[in-house]
Amino acid sequence: MSDASNAHPALLDVRDVSKAFGAVEVLRSVSLQVKRGEVVTVIGPSGSGKTTLLRCVNFLESYDSGSIRIDGREVGYREAGTRQRRSERDLAAMRAETGMVFQSYNLFPHLTAAGNIMLGLTKVRGKSQAEARTVAEHWLGRVGLAHKADSLPAELSGGQQQRVGIARAVAMEPKILLLDEITSALDPELVGEVLAVVRSLAEDGMTMLMVTHEMAFARDASSRIVFMADGGVSAVGPPKEILAAETTNERLRTFLARFRASHF
Amino acid sequence: MLGQILYALPFLAQGFAVTLWVSLLVVVLSLIAGVLLGVGLVYGPMPLRWAVRIFSDTIRGIPILVLMFFVYYGLPAIGLHLPSFWAAVSALTLFKTAQVIEYLRGAVGSIPKGQSEAAMAIGLTFRQRLTYVIFPQAFRRFLPPWINGVTDAVKGSALVSLLGITDLMQAINQVIGRTYEAMPLYILGALIYFAVNYALSLASRRLERRFAFIRE
Repeated sequence: MSDASNAHPALLDVRDVSKAFGAVEVLRSVSLQVKRGEVVTVIGPSGSGKTTLLRCVNFLESYDSGSIRIDGREVGYREAGTRQRRSERDLAAMRAETGMVFQSYNLFPHLTAAGNIMLGLTKVRGKSQAEARTVAEHWLGRVGLAHKADSLPAELSGGQQQRVGIARAVAMEPKILLLDEITSALDPELVGEVLAVVRSLAEDGMTMLMVTHEMAFARDASSRIVFMADGGVSAVGPPKEILAAETTNERLRTFLARFRASHF
Repeated sequence: MLGQILYALPFLAQGFAVTLWVSLLVVVLSLIAGVLLGVGLVYGPMPLRWAVRIFSDTIRGIPILVLMFFVYYGLPAIGLHLPSFWAAVSALTLFKTAQVIEYLRGAVGSIPKGQSEAAMAIGLTFRQRLTYVIFPQAFRRFLPPWINGVTDAVKGSALVSLLGITDLMQAINQVIGRTYEAMPLYILGALIYFAVNYALSLASRRLERRFAFIRE
């Protein structure tokens, strides 16, 4: 590690992470750094390991080797390179430091929009009901759903549900927000409202790692883009470089060409 | 005929109290044991899962009556002498526990994996995830078969009479033994059992409606 990177250590530091499901290697020695305030987007063909990588960052998925650190702390395993999992309590505390927004929203259907946001605030952060309610209302306001605080998820549109999903994640004040194809399950006309929320969070300096198929959004909102193929990082760089049609990376060029063919 | 019934009532009431007591014990004990073992079956490490699976499949494959005789007449062979009441309650509880395990597995298994993951992602511990996210949703699916099981437990408790315990069934038989009037007393007995179970299903339906807001 160079002196420069020691002076400004990455908030998220993924090093040589590998993972296999049986004989299939889904992650091959993936390394990736995200600095505080950066928005890093992971793109790539399906099956390239993007989502698995994201899920490893908050240890919804374990990995076989390598290390993932957030703010210098090893995520899923105890220190000193052991493969010993952290305790349940420890893991829960680590996960509370990362927010995650899911492709299928995964709101709790038995709780209202506000209730979804308040659960973590009361049970994990130890806030009182009243405090949690205030925070929930603040964030619902931020995502444009102040009037839906007492609605159940089933009463909300997909776009509204996903905005509650985002509010639920950011209300916990995570160090980093993980977004897993959060617009893929939405009707096209609802994508915009969700991306607008993400963009405003980015402007506020929220550190984000996202997987998306929205190339225009990735180009406009990302500090850097990571292109993954076959479980490995194939290219990293600023959006202009990565999305340039004349890239020399063969795989990336094929991916982008296919992408353009199917999306325009 | 009415006179005989009136004459028998106080005696039947005592038997009925025993029936309710046995049913209550079996239902409460099997609920606790069944939920704990059911959670072990769904979330536990492999050896525990296997142990619970074997327990549940074995118990459910044996008639309750055989189980009851086994506990009462069989276990003394290995030095375990249970009084008839507790032998009967244990056997019925074992049987019911195996059922509760299956109800729980079905109900919890019907909750999408994303719910657990979302609960993990906000930093809830395993116990918190069950308490605040999984169980409240699984409850609606758990309730109908479980209430069915409760009514089965009330009906099944009549088997304890075969170990000489004076529950409602045994009380009825004893009255018949004195009066030789089988028909009216069996009808009365049937009505009492029915009243209990019908009240239970009514309560269950009302509860189910209260939780109907949860989407499938």
